Amino acid sequence: MSEFLLAAAGFVLAMVALGLVRVLRGPDDADRLMAGQLLGSGGIAALLLGGAAIGDGSVVDVSLTLALLAAFASIAFTKFAPGADDGDDAATDPARDHRADAP
Amino acid sequence: MIVDAFYAAPALLILALGVYTTFVRDTFPATVGFLAYGLLLTVAWVQLHGVDVALTEAAIGGGLTGLLLVRASAKLRATEAGARAQRPSLALRLAAAVLCGCVTLALAITVLTLPDPAPSLAVEALAHIAPTGVGNPITAVLMAYRAMDTLLESIVLLLALVGVWSLAPDRAWGGRPGPRYNADPDGILAFIARVLPPIGIIVGVYIFWVGADAPGGKFQGATIVAAMWLLTLMAGLSDVPPISRRWMRVLLVAGPAVFIAVGIVGVITTGTFLAYPDGWAKPLILVIEFALMPSLALTLGLVLAGAPERPAP
Amino acid sequence: MSAVADVFSYIAIGAGAFFFLAGTVGLLRFPDTLTRLHALTKADNLGLGLVVLGLLPHVDGVLNGMKLVVIWLLVLLSGADAGQLIARAARRALRRHPPA
Repeated sequence: MSEFLLAAAGFVLAMVALGLVRVLRGPDDADRLMAGQLLGSGGIAALLLGGAAIGDGSVVDVSLTLALLAAFASIAFTKFAPGADDGDDAATDPARDHRADAP
Repeated sequence: MIVDAFYAAPALLILALGVYTTFVRDTFPATVGFLAYGLLLTVAWVQLHGVDVALTEAAIGGGLTGLLLVRASAKLRATEAGARAQRPSLALRLAAAVLCGCVTLALAITVLTLPDPAPSLAVEALAHIAPTGVGNPITAVLMAYRAMDTLLESIVLLLALVGVWSLAPDRAWGGRPGPRYNADPDGILAFIARVLPPIGIIVGVYIFWVGADAPGGKFQGATIVAAMWLLTLMAGLSDVPPISRRWMRVLLVAGPAVFIAVGIVGVITTGTFLAYPDGWAKPLILVIEFALMPSLALTLGLVLAGAPERPAP
Repeated sequence: MSAVADVFSYIAIGAGAFFFLAGTVGLLRFPDTLTRLHALTKADNLGLGLVVLGLLPHVDGVLNGMKLVVIWLLVLLSGADAGQLIARAARRALRRHPPA
């Protein structure tokens, strides 16, 4: 069983690696941001599979921490990127006051 | 064979991401590359059975570093075109390459000539763990064998905060850090900033508590709690209190102060600073950790909130 | 009993790995940011869900099993939210530099 789990973890990591090659090429920063999401779910899956194979239960806590913070980089980017209004799309409702938090 | 592939994949990816991060010219792609690099380091630490380090990397690299670097790269974007127009001379670039190559070579030689088996204090650490009352040898090292280092680290964090605050303009001194963030109260950001923090605070306290016997501890827990606080700040759901508030200053120094007080108790009872009297190790460690956790969370959150920008009313 | 659990794990984790493959193929093949984002968020969340499902028979204790499920739910939540936020960033980029 543990051989199979390690093989699955390795496969998921290989898929993450292939995906990374694509998203890091861009062209937009939005594409590159997907790297965070890709590694979030793929990395967590590989960690859980590897942790189960090694038989180390505390790896689950590492995955829990990663899962909790998975969206953090994307949130920070949409908040601070140039042209970002406030992380939400102002254009959908022009009536609201969406002042940019320009640094 | 399969096992080798599992161990080789993250190592190769980390190398590739290191190369990408170094060679890509723009700040934001480099930032993303570095964050991905950090997430892969988490996997690598687990493979090396350093779950404590993996947890720290997950909490810091996944949360606070991302916020810090993304914000820095957003501020640097205006200067990007100018930076790209400048091209350092060939001699300068060659010198930098040679210097970096020498450092890499020295590191490689050091790693390759390490004695085998590597010198380790792990056996010693486990042999004397019983009197400390904790089950996780890492926690025993941090809170008993090398408690002095942990104390100094918590003080270094405070000094870092003083450094950040010292960047405040005179008129804003004592005021609120950073800009006041706004977000659509019905939007996605406000939604996740309402849903995630209650779960995150529980996870943070859990990671803190489980640190006695398993990977975890106050530092990782405090990082998670600080990240949740910053999330509510970014969504405009809460604001940072003015840094002149007395209660906030008290909370900031409470953790290190309790730590030092326990150290002085050690001087009185056993004659050594930070030594725990027989049978009192576990309760005293708990007192220190409970005092440090809120101080650490507040310090980390305030370091990332930045220098005061808005004068207090 | 354990043989049944093992077969269940093989199938679920294998299916999960397939969805990671599908997500990556989508990332490589789809023509623009929004479709790539679609491939990523859909496939990865399902892939992780199936992996978690396959690991469930092997965890000791209900508490650890619940932790696994919570991890999946958290990834679903943050994946959905980050997907929305990234899509808005992509749309803003599109507005700034419309395709020729």
